[in-house]
Amino acid sequence: MHIPDGYLSPSTCAVLYAGAGLGWYGALRRIRRTLTARMAPLISVFAAFSFILMMFNLPLPGGTTGHALGVTIAAIVIGPAGAIMSISIAIAIQALFFGDGGITTLGANCFNMAIVGSLVAYATYRVISSGAALTSRRRLVATAIAGYLATNVAAFVTAVEFGIQPLLFHDARGVPLYAPYTLGVAIPAMMIGHLAIAGVAEAVIAAGLVAYLQVADPSLLQANSGLVPGVAVADRPAPPKSLRKLWITVAMLLLLTPLGVLAAGKAWGEWSASEFSSAEGRARIAASSQNRPPPSVTPTGLHRLSRLWTSPIPDYAPPFVKSPSLGYMLSAMFGVGLVMSLSLAVQTYLQRRRGAGQAA
Amino acid sequence: MRSNRALGATLVGLARALGRALVSEDLARQCGLLQSLDPRVRVAGLLTLVLAVTLSHRVSVVLALFGTAVLIAWLSKVRLATLFIRVWLVVLAFTGVIALPALLLTPGDTIYTTAIGSLRITAQGATTAVLLIARVETAVTFTTLLVLCTPWMHVLKALGAFHLPQEVVMMLAMTHRYIFLLAETASQMFESRQSRTVGVLDSATQRRVTTRTAGVLLSKSVELSNDVFLAMQSRGFRGDVKILSEFRMRTWDYVGLMAFLAVGAFAVWMGRS
Repeated sequence: MHIPDGYLSPSTCAVLYAGAGLGWYGALRRIRRTLTARMAPLISVFAAFSFILMMFNLPLPGGTTGHALGVTIAAIVIGPAGAIMSISIAIAIQALFFGDGGITTLGANCFNMAIVGSLVAYATYRVISSGAALTSRRRLVATAIAGYLATNVAAFVTAVEFGIQPLLFHDARGVPLYAPYTLGVAIPAMMIGHLAIAGVAEAVIAAGLVAYLQVADPSLLQANSGLVPGVAVADRPAPPKSLRKLWITVAMLLLLTPLGVLAAGKAWGEWSASEFSSAEGRARIAASSQNRPPPSVTPTGLHRLSRLWTSPIPDYAPPFVKSPSLGYMLSAMFGVGLVMSLSLAVQTYLQRRRGAGQAA
Repeated sequence: MRSNRALGATLVGLARALGRALVSEDLARQCGLLQSLDPRVRVAGLLTLVLAVTLSHRVSVVLALFGTAVLIAWLSKVRLATLFIRVWLVVLAFTGVIALPALLLTPGDTIYTTAIGSLRITAQGATTAVLLIARVETAVTFTTLLVLCTPWMHVLKALGAFHLPQEVVMMLAMTHRYIFLLAETASQMFESRQSRTVGVLDSATQRRVTTRTAGVLLSKSVELSNDVFLAMQSRGFRGDVKILSEFRMRTWDYVGLMAFLAVGAFAVWMGRS
């Protein structure tokens, strides 16, 4: 996942340096506010630990070996801000001192692994382990899932960065100037290895480390566990049910939905019946099917079933909106609203049923 | 022993990292072109050339920059065999795997049809593969030259001169020091485990050994950070970081800086598509 120099265009590198800069600024601010001179040696030693951890060959089921990133255990023990700084420092030393990862791509590598990885790992761990005792099994499951998700989300973001290069940066003859593969090739190529090996390695080593700490030194798991020291889980007051963070996350996801517009063409197998009869549509289907031409007539079953339901907003593009990005965002807002209305309706129904049951 | 592959590979990796660091320290002390320049000029100059490589869109310009890198290496007493083994072969293997399919997958004008009928090498695919490999080789060579010819503490002080936050510079310096300490500790733990092992360990046991070693290393790391903090506090550390810089720019350094900037600007100008 360490992108060397030359794979990403300077403008992509600049954007990702800016993104990483925001993450570093936020992390440094938080560290300065919450602490404490003690954090400097802790982050440094943790960066060194993560660096060494990345060199451990972990035997995986199936006979292969994998490397962990160390981002999950860092987020769990020293929190997301500390993890962002320590993993960034480890990546910077790898790039500057060992030539692993580039200098122009340092921002991208830190953004993908240190920032995205730490935040995903921490959020997943906190959500799944919420309310669980420090030595509970649920914390192990939460750690493993957090490690697997963090590695794969980071790999996915990296694949998107690779995949947009030929779409945005090519010369007049169509020669890609940087990473040569489009999203259709970059995403599967990147994700197969991470879904099968790297994610498993991170999950195994992070869960193994948390299991070790549960026995050897549970106090290290305390600081970012969400538990109040000295208070039994059962005695703790219920946390306030604030939905603010959830709303912010949903809003950010809505703003990111136009990323879908970047993907060229349609997903394989998502063609409409009309595309089989138009020359342009047939060419698109053939191009995405290793140049195999589609059947000369629209398959009968497809033709018949496709008329069963006509979508009110086909292709995420409301007819009254000209801009595809705005259309994506409006469709996302509509979808989120619909899902939330349905959830509320189900919740209200269940509450009423429970109320009726108790009254009886 | 054959099946304890993962433990052995980890040991070899740790030893290699320690060995490389020693080679860098030795080279940084030699008298050569790069070593004669102020560390700030080395950092700014070589990073300018890395940027120029990334901005160049022509294979010929990137190859000319590669030639410049080889020349700088030779004048700085860096053995080309070291670069060949440590950089060029590794990058060729890694980037080649990524770049070669582009020969066949990039659409464009066919220049060669393979024995498998539908697979065609295109002119655009060949250009993009060569450009990618040449660019990565050249950029990594410049970065490696910086690392080989500059002691790490000088790199850090030079970064401090470019207004990197002092806390970050301090943490980078501390991390670098602890990497070697922890690498040695991890190496000793793996070595002692290997020496106590009779026969072969199955995959699950090796996994358990690796995870537990990592756990012990984590505990030692946290303990170490507490000891370091107490040592820093006892010497009067209150969270304010000050880094001393003894660098002085001379005429030769200004000449070197101008040369780096001129080559970088010329390459960017010539490398426009």
